Amino acid sequence: MRVTFERRLSQPWWLTVVVPVCSLVAAFVIAGVVLLATGIDPLTTYRQLFDAGFIQTGSLSQTLISATPLAFTGLAAAAAFRMKLYNIGAEGQMYMGAIFGSAAGLYLGSRSSSSAFVIAAMVVAGIVGGAAWASIPGVLRAFFRTNEILTSLLLNYVAGLILTYLIFESESYWRQTKGFNASVFPVGKQLPKVAQWPTWTIDMQGGIVIPLGAFIAVIVAVILWALYSRTRFGFEARVLGDSDRAARYSGVRVRRKILAVMALSGGIAGIGGASQVGDFAHALDGDPNGLQKLSYGYSGIVVAALARYNPFATLLVALLIGGLKNAGNTLEGPNFPAGLVGVLQGIILFCALGGELLVRYRARVHRHGAAPEDVAAAPAPKAAS
Amino acid sequence: MNNSLLIVLIASGVAYGTPLLYAALGELLAERSGVLNLGVEGMMLVGAVMGFWTVQRLHTNTGVALAAAILVAGLMGALMASIHAFLVITLRASQIVSGLALTIFAGAVGLSSYLGNDLNLADSPAAHTFNAVFPKSMQGWPIIGPIVFGQNVLVYISWGCVVGIWLYLSRTRPGLNVRAVGESPAAADTMGINVTRYRYTHTLVGGAFAGVAGASITLAITPQWVDGITGGAGWIAIALVIFAFWRPELCLVGAYFFGALQALAPQLQARDINLGPTVLWTNALPYVMTIVVLVIVSSGTARSRLGAPAALGNAYIREER
Repeated sequence: MRVTFERRLSQPWWLTVVVPVCSLVAAFVIAGVVLLATGIDPLTTYRQLFDAGFIQTGSLSQTLISATPLAFTGLAAAAAFRMKLYNIGAEGQMYMGAIFGSAAGLYLGSRSSSSAFVIAAMVVAGIVGGAAWASIPGVLRAFFRTNEILTSLLLNYVAGLILTYLIFESESYWRQTKGFNASVFPVGKQLPKVAQWPTWTIDMQGGIVIPLGAFIAVIVAVILWALYSRTRFGFEARVLGDSDRAARYSGVRVRRKILAVMALSGGIAGIGGASQVGDFAHALDGDPNGLQKLSYGYSGIVVAALARYNPFATLLVALLIGGLKNAGNTLEGPNFPAGLVGVLQGIILFCALGGELLVRYRARVHRHGAAPEDVAAAPAPKAAS
Repeated sequence: MNNSLLIVLIASGVAYGTPLLYAALGELLAERSGVLNLGVEGMMLVGAVMGFWTVQRLHTNTGVALAAAILVAGLMGALMASIHAFLVITLRASQIVSGLALTIFAGAVGLSSYLGNDLNLADSPAAHTFNAVFPKSMQGWPIIGPIVFGQNVLVYISWGCVVGIWLYLSRTRPGLNVRAVGESPAAADTMGINVTRYRYTHTLVGGAFAGVAGASITLAITPQWVDGITGGAGWIAIALVIFAFWRPELCLVGAYFFGALQALAPQLQARDINLGPTVLWTNALPYVMTIVVLVIVSSGTARSRLGAPAALGNAYIREER
């Protein structure tokens, strides 16, 4: 018996839903085998995981705290990856968004009494910070043809060092320098009340707290969807992703597009950073074991890939992965293996990638006797019926 | 004289550069066969944690324990690479996303951290480490003493690997076949070369090198286990392959240059020299320099001399050639 793969000429829409869902199930099964092999009962672990992530009182509020930044980094990755521009610097762009956003919050928050104005300024500052940081690999890619994967990634480490430096190694504007606590352990300056982002509470599960950032993420997803499916800009970006040569020949200005998409992607990640400060931390978190340990930027890639770069699906997947991350954080301890959630994310991504084959190709099983060479030489089948 | 900054920097550049060299040589083998593996960081971390585990749990004499550790690290690296190989060669997945997936899966917050925690490896120094092999008197010789004779056995083996891989790729039949597979898999296939088998072998061997690279950090440079101990070395190694124009002998030069940059921060701190206003600059230097050199290499006239395999990053699908 032999299996060959034939390219599908058209992809049935239901496959793009069924395959990611099956990939997810497969990932949990594979991870379960890994758990069994290390002597841990997978069913109990999964129940703990879902309990802590979605079911327990207050768990959804906690999950939203992880899901919100993941939605931003996921959308950032989706925006760039859709054009086959591999911006894996969402991590660093998020730090930059946090640095810029908190600067705006600290500065304007002590001068203005209008909360809406200060928050809007923080969002804009976050976008500027993230977009500026993403423009470094963008410019290098557009003008020097430097591989954006490596540059955007290496800049993550630099951004992390800057973040730590601002709070731990300098007396910067962001650092709390007065007070007893500040002399014991370096912390960021607390944002004034007007610069702290509002939350809304839904009366369910003992009150689900929805941060402003979650709403902004939904708005960004809508904008991104409209941009990619309803505008010329998005169309050209998609053509560029599917066929670089076709885009060039039809007169797409490639450099401009690279710069714009990198800035867009970085800007989205930057809002995530501003939301980190405005929604949750209320101060710049420079601790190498704080924000930098959560690796939202890298998980955003998992989110975007599992969502097949669809903005709305990205939001859903962000909620799911956010739940897993939150559960991993709450459960981490002697009875719950550290790193498990990272392993699970990796396996989910592997399965989603493997599943991609079934979206793009039709698997055909040949029984004994059929000569596979004939099949290989046969013309491609007509459109899937 | 042997304590002058320059000599110390070169000597520690060789030491710090050795993990980079192993990882870069491995990546070079995989890329020469047309498979881009961005999972180096993850494979290194798994190699690092499992190599460390081996010396902690194996109660024999130092030589045996270290040899076993390197073997285990190499096997684990190859095992990690096999996931990537299966996804991109057999299942034709995107090489870029799959490599990233491998780094997320195996990396600092994934499998390596899981294993480190599960096996209780943190908080204790390595039971056996790689030390300098030559006697103290030889290490005291001016200039070449610390640079050439002050190194551990992994450094000398890596020199052998450079020569070996150079000879393999330029002087042997299988080596030429690999290059054919990386440049034009369709042509290689027509010549009767098994593209799939070549790609699998070289991706796996590349993974083994990355695993050894990881172990050379936890067993020689910083003999302990900490989550994410490689600190981006895997990514620098991938960049190194590009600087080296996909040639092993240039990997050696590049690895020692970046090794020296990594050694710069602690050395300057130890001597109370401040480069720029703060310690931030020296810490960020390896990353920034990697970007700068990448830009120089990939732009302008240098590009025409680049040796990137033509089929790098593309799946080979016989039916669609």
